[in-house]
Amino acid sequence: MQKQTVVVRFCGDSGDGMQLTGNMFSSLSAILGNEISTLPDFPAEIRAPQGTLGGVSGFQVCLGNGVYTPGDKADVIVAMNAAALKVCTLGSKFNVPGAQFNEADSMYKKDAVVIVDTDSFTDKDLEKALYKTENPFTELGIPESVQIVPVALTEMTKESLKDSGMDNKAILKSRNMFALGVVCWLFGRPIDKAIHFLEGKFAKKPALIAPNVKVLTDGYNYGNNTALNINVINVEKADDLAHGTYTSIAGNKATAWGLIAAAHKCGKKLFLGSYPITPATDIMHELAGRKDMGVIVVQAEDEIAGVCTAIGAAFAGDLACTSTSGPGLSLKSEAIGLAVMAELPLVVIDVQRGGPSTGLPTKTEQTDLLQAVYGRNGECPAVVLAASTSANCFQFAYEACKIALENMTPVILMTDTYLANGTGLWRLPKLAELPEIKPQGVPEELKGHYNAALRDENSIRYWAYPGMEGYEHRNIGLERDSQKGSISTNPENHELMVKARQAKVDQVANKIPDLKVQCNAASDTLLVGWGSTEGHLHAAANELNCALAHFNYINPLPKNTAEVLRKYKKVVVCELNNGQFASLLRSKVTGVDFKQYNEIMGQPFAVERIVEHVKAL
Amino acid sequence: MEAAQFKSDQYVRFCPGCGDHAICAALQKAMAQIGVPTYETVVISGIGCSSRMPHYLNTYGFNTIHGRGGAVATGVKTAHPELTVWQMSGDGDCLAIGGNHFIHEIRRNVDLNICLFNNRIYGLTKGQYSPTSPKGFCSKSSPFGTVERPFIPAELVMGARGTFFARTLDVDMPTTVDCMVKAKEHKGASVIECLVNCVIFNNGTHNWIADRETRAEHSILLKHGEKMIFGANKDKGIALDYSQGVLPRLIVVAADDPRVLVHDAKMEDPTLHRMLALMGQEKFTDVQNAEIVPELPVALGVIRDVEAETYDQAVNQQIADVQAKSKCKTFDQLLGTLEQWEI
Repeated sequence: MQKQTVVVRFCGDSGDGMQLTGNMFSSLSAILGNEISTLPDFPAEIRAPQGTLGGVSGFQVCLGNGVYTPGDKADVIVAMNAAALKVCTLGSKFNVPGAQFNEADSMYKKDAVVIVDTDSFTDKDLEKALYKTENPFTELGIPESVQIVPVALTEMTKESLKDSGMDNKAILKSRNMFALGVVCWLFGRPIDKAIHFLEGKFAKKPALIAPNVKVLTDGYNYGNNTALNINVINVEKADDLAHGTYTSIAGNKATAWGLIAAAHKCGKKLFLGSYPITPATDIMHELAGRKDMGVIVVQAEDEIAGVCTAIGAAFAGDLACTSTSGPGLSLKSEAIGLAVMAELPLVVIDVQRGGPSTGLPTKTEQTDLLQAVYGRNGECPAVVLAASTSANCFQFAYEACKIALENMTPVILMTDTYLANGTGLWRLPKLAELPEIKPQGVPEELKGHYNAALRDENSIRYWAYPGMEGYEHRNIGLERDSQKGSISTNPENHELMVKARQAKVDQVANKIPDLKVQCNAASDTLLVGWGSTEGHLHAAANELNCALAHFNYINPLPKNTAEVLRKYKKVVVCELNNGQFASLLRSKVTGVDFKQYNEIMGQPFAVERIVEHVKAL
Repeated sequence: MEAAQFKSDQYVRFCPGCGDHAICAALQKAMAQIGVPTYETVVISGIGCSSRMPHYLNTYGFNTIHGRGGAVATGVKTAHPELTVWQMSGDGDCLAIGGNHFIHEIRRNVDLNICLFNNRIYGLTKGQYSPTSPKGFCSKSSPFGTVERPFIPAELVMGARGTFFARTLDVDMPTTVDCMVKAKEHKGASVIECLVNCVIFNNGTHNWIADRETRAEHSILLKHGEKMIFGANKDKGIALDYSQGVLPRLIVVAADDPRVLVHDAKMEDPTLHRMLALMGQEKFTDVQNAEIVPELPVALGVIRDVEAETYDQAVNQQIADVQAKSKCKTFDQLLGTLEQWEI
C-alpha cells in the first residue's frame, strides 16, 4: 500500500516508554528520507496509577512527503493496554459513561489499523480502565472498518527475553521495543537501521543494548514471518527538501541552540537566568548541559530572579536570556519593563501553555500574545517574535538575539508546548552562513563624556558596560534626562523619552523581511495566522485552495502588512486563543474586515475543522 | 586612590540630617581605600532612599526596581567575577519585597558586598512600618501599632548560612569604613547592617547606641582576635555563663574576669556569632521594650567572617573544567555531535 503521508500514534501507560518509542520511530523515518512532524501528548501526572485512563501517554507522528503537521487523526494506532485503547477510541469523551466511537472525537480514522497488546486486556486491566463489560471492542463501538490487529506483546516479549537473566519487571519494560519492531516491519523500515539507532540510544547503558535489540528483532520477525494480516505500508520519501545534512530536533532544543549560535557568532558570553516551568524547562536543561559552549546558567530562586539575573548580565555586557511560560512571563513583567527603560538587550522566551493562572501546564495555546505585546506598566514597547515550526525555533531564537543586541531592546520570543516538545526536520546550518550580528557599541569619542541616555541616529542607545574605562555611568528604571542620563521628572523630557523608546522599536520594522503570501496567492480568501499554527494553516490553505499570510514578526509588524491584507476579500485570522492577534491587527490595519477562527482546547488545530469553518463563512 | 574620585557629579538628595549621607561618604572613603578602579566597581540597588546611592558614586551603577537589586547583582557577579559588586538596599527593599533574593544570594554565597540600610521605616513612601519596625510601632500604615513580629537581620543572614555579617552605625564613620573594607576582602556574600537614622519619619530610632554619651556603655565594637571589652572606662567584658539551664548565655562581667571571651569571627559554627549579634536586640523587637535597659550591649563591627566557596567562582570553574576536557569547542563541532543524515 503506497501512501503520501501516514499518521502513527503510539499510546500506553506513562511507564511504557511511548515517548521513547515514538521518538525512535520518528527519527528512523526521518533518516530514511521522510519528512516528520511529531506531537507528544503526555499526562500532567508524572506517574498516574498503572493501567488507568489518567495515565495514558501518547506520541503521534506524521511521516511522508509534504508533512506540515502531526496529523489530525491516526492511520495506525499502537495501544499498549486497555486504557490506551479507550482513550484513543473516544478522544476527549473517554470519561463519558457509555461513549462509543465516533469519527469526530476519535484519535484514529475509521479505516485505521489498531495494534493492541492482547495480554493487557485481563479483567483487572478492564476494571482499571473503567470498562463495564468483558468485550472492550464492542463496548467502545469500534466499527468493522477499523482493522484490529491483536498481538500478544507481553507474552512474546517474555518469551524473547526468557534467557536474558533479566527480572520480570525489566522484561515487561521492553514491551515497547517489541511493538516498535512490529511497526518497523509494517512500514518496511530496515531492521539493521533500527538496530544501529537503538545502539546509539543506549550507548551510555551498554547492558541494555543486547536485550533491546533482541526484542526489537523478534518483533520485526514476528511481523515478517507470521505475515500479520495487514499490508505493509510504503510511505513516500520527501521530494522537495533542499539537499543538506539533516537531523530531527525538538523546539526547545532548537531554541537553546539558536541562543548558543548567536553568542558564538558575536563573541558574547551567553547567560541564561531561569526558573523551572513547564513546558519551557527543557531550554534550561539543554543550556545547563552546554558548559562546553561556555554557557552560564543560573537556576534562580524564582521567575523574577531569573529575568533579573539576566538583566544584570546584560548590564555587564553579555547576551542575556530568560526562558519561561505564561505565568512566569506575568511575574517577569516589571523587570522586562526595567530592561525597556534601561534600554538593555534581553531575550525573553515564552513557551506558551494553556492559561490563565496555572491553567493547562502541559497543553498548547497561543494566549500570551497580548501579554507579550502590551502586558507591562507604562508605555513599554518591546519587540515580539514568534517561531512557527520546531526547527525554526533555532532561526528565531538567533534572530531574537540579533535584534536585541543590535537595537538595545528586550525581545520576547513566543513558542508553545506544541513547538517545544514536537520535533521536525532541521537542516544543519554552519555558523559562518548565519547572518552577522553586530552588537551596539559606543563611539570612542564618548570616552569621558558617556551617559546612559546617549543614542545613535536610529534612536538606539549606545552600550558601554563595566570593565570599560572612561564610560562609568548610572543606569536607571526611573525616567532619565534625554541628554544627561540623570533622573528627570521634566514633563517634556518624559514625552520625548517615551517617543524615543517607541521609535527605536518601530525602526526594527526596517530590518525584518516583508510578509509573504503562501499557497494560492491569487485566491480572494486569505488565512492569517502567527506562531506555531503555520503547518496546520498551510495544510488547510492548500485544501481550500486559498492564500495564507503567516506572521513570525508580531511587534513591529512587517511593513507591507496592511498592503497584503487589504488585497483580499475574505480575511480569516485563525489562532489558538480568543482572537488576540485579530484584535492587534484591527488596531494596526484599517479597512479590513477581519473574520476569526479560534480554538481554545489546549490542542493544536485540526486541519479539517479549519477547512470546514472557512468553507462555511 | 582618593574618596573624591568616587564622587559623582550628582547633587546628593538625601534629606538634611539623614544617616545615608554618612554612609555615602564612608563608602567613597572605603572604595578609595580598597583601590579597585571606578570602571571595575559596580553598585546595584533596588528602590528606596538608600537605593539612590549609585547616583552619587562615580562607578558603574544601576538603580533597578524594588527588591530586585540582589538578583541583578547576582547576575552581574556570576557573569563577571572579576568585577567588584556592591548592593545598596534598605530594610524594606531587602527584607520585605526583596527578601527572597536576599536569602538566596546569601545561601549561594555570591561574592557581593551588601549594605543593608536599616532605619526601621519606609522613608521614600513617606512613613510606613517596615519588617524591622518593633512590634506595636505606630506609623501611617499602622495607626494603632503593628501586630507583627519584626526580623532581626543578623538572624536572617545566619539562618541563610551567611558567611559574613557586620553591623555599624551611621554616626560611626571609622567602623563603617572598616566594615566595608573587610566586606570587600571577604570572598562571598558580605552583609553590613548599617543602622541609619531617618530624621523625618523615625528620628532617634537608634539613639540608644548612637548617642555619643551612652554609646560606649550600650554597644561593643567586636574585633577579631581581641577581647570583648566595652564601657566608657573599658571596664566590662562579655563572657559565657553555663550556670543556668541547658544552654549557655552571654553575660557581662568585669573586664579583668578571666572568662572574658576573645572574638573569633572566623569560627565556622555560627552559634556564638548569632548570640553576639542578638545582644541588646530586644530593644528593637517590641515598642514595650523601649524603656528597658538591656543587660548586654549591641554588637558592632565584623561579627562573622568565615571562608566558603563562592557561587560565582564555582559556576565559572565548572565551565572551565568542562571546557578543558571537552573536544567540542565550536558551534559547528557541537552540530557534529547530533545524529544526522544527508538528504
